[in-house]
Amino acid sequence: MKNAIAITLAMLLSTASSAGPREDQLAQYAAATKSAGFSAARGQTLHTQNFAGGKPDTPACTSCHGKDVRGAGRTPVGKAIEAVAVSVTPTRYTDPAKVEKWFKRNCNEVLGRECTPQEKGDWLTYMIAQ
Amino acid sequence: MNIPYRPLALGFIALVFSVLVLERAQAGGSHFYAPVADPVVKEECGSCHLAFAPSMLPASSWQRMMGELKNHFGDDASLDADTTAKIARYLTANAADASGRRYSGKLLKGVALSSAPQRITELPKWVREHRKVPDWEWRHKDVRTKANCVACHADAEQGYYDEHSITARK
Ligand code: HEC
Ligand code: HEC
Ligand code: HEC
Repeated sequence: MKNAIAITLAMLLSTASSAGPREDQLAQYAAATKSAGFSAARGQTLHTQNFAGGKPDTPACTSCHGKDVRGAGRTPVGKAIEAVAVSVTPTRYTDPAKVEKWFKRNCNEVLGRECTPQEKGDWLTYMIAQ
Repeated sequence: MNIPYRPLALGFIALVFSVLVLERAQAGGSHFYAPVADPVVKEECGSCHLAFAPSMLPASSWQRMMGELKNHFGDDASLDADTTAKIARYLTANAADASGRRYSGKLLKGVALSSAPQRITELPKWVREHRKVPDWEWRHKDVRTKANCVACHADAEQGYYDEHSITARK
């Protein structure tokens, strides 16, 4: 009986540690789409593509985050932004409220609309792989 | 005769350092604007630009700005109601006209406190302080906007705007 409890506890703990906030976030986006999954390649396209629907001076995510996802970016007002690649800034995308806040602001800024869960999942997948 | 050079040198360095710091603090008397100390305000008002010193605008300005975050100079800077209220409290409590502020009044010379100006860079006193900055420098790729204080005031994050820390450009 004691053993069973210990094993259940160990299992609970190990699933808790393997599914971090980033994975939870991805799982939520996945639940909101009907597609077959996320693609880092599509995420990269979203990141680098120029859109016409948003503000003229920020046509792409790279306008602020820079062409090199492992390098620092810069806002139009000149404030430095830490690299968006998880390998360089490991604390990234661990606060779901922060992630959602910036997706909403930045997608409106660049695309002139909010991003879909599919787009968010693709973009996050790309950054986690970088 | 054994002269203790090392302690002497260290003492001298310490002396020079404290003189510099003192001078700094005195200069700070008129050029110091206490930087934002609250971590939430720093995070929410300091990621797109420098977290501007609350003592550069009167309380009425911050009140109006915090009520219009959805359209903040063309950007959406909106936050949930609790965070918005918390930040508004901090900014107004530390505003230029909050009680006990001695130096920050300077920037507000000639400004009606109730007029709620939204830009530091449009205050008459700010404009006068910057009248010698040439046009090309505002357009320089490392500056681009008047709101980019740090591009010229290297210690703006620490609250210092004196001439010693100005970045020269050619
Ligand atoms: C106008 C400048 C700007 C543009 C354009 C921009 N971003 Fe951002 N982004 C920021 C700033 C500023 C932050 C917050 C600072 C930080 O996290 O270091 C941020 C943060 C983020 C975050 C949250 C990071 C975290 O650690 O949680 C995400 C997600 C994000 N951006 C996605 C995007 C996407 C997707 C695009 C393109 C559709 C984009 N951004 C375009 C300025 C921009
Ligand atoms: C999403 C990005 C963003 C966020 C978040 C943001 N701002 Fe701004 N802010 C801007 C932009 C863009 C400007 C206009 C800058 C320019 O003129 O170049 C601006 C300008 C300002 C100015 C006027 C600067 C001047 O010209 O004198 C003040 C004051 C200001 N912001 C305060 C705040 C406060 C307080 C907060 C937090 C509640 C905040 N900002 C959050 C983007 C942002
Ligand atoms: C293009 C460069 C540049 C930018 C950008 C800039 N300044 Fe200045 N600032 C100057 C120069 C040059 C002076 C004059 C220094 C002097 O002669 O003492 C000055 C003077 C000042 C002074 C008066 C200091 C004194 O010695 O009396 C203040 C306060 C100040 N700036 C605040 C700001 C703030 C706040 C911002 C951003 C909203 C800003 N500046 C942006 C270049 C700049």
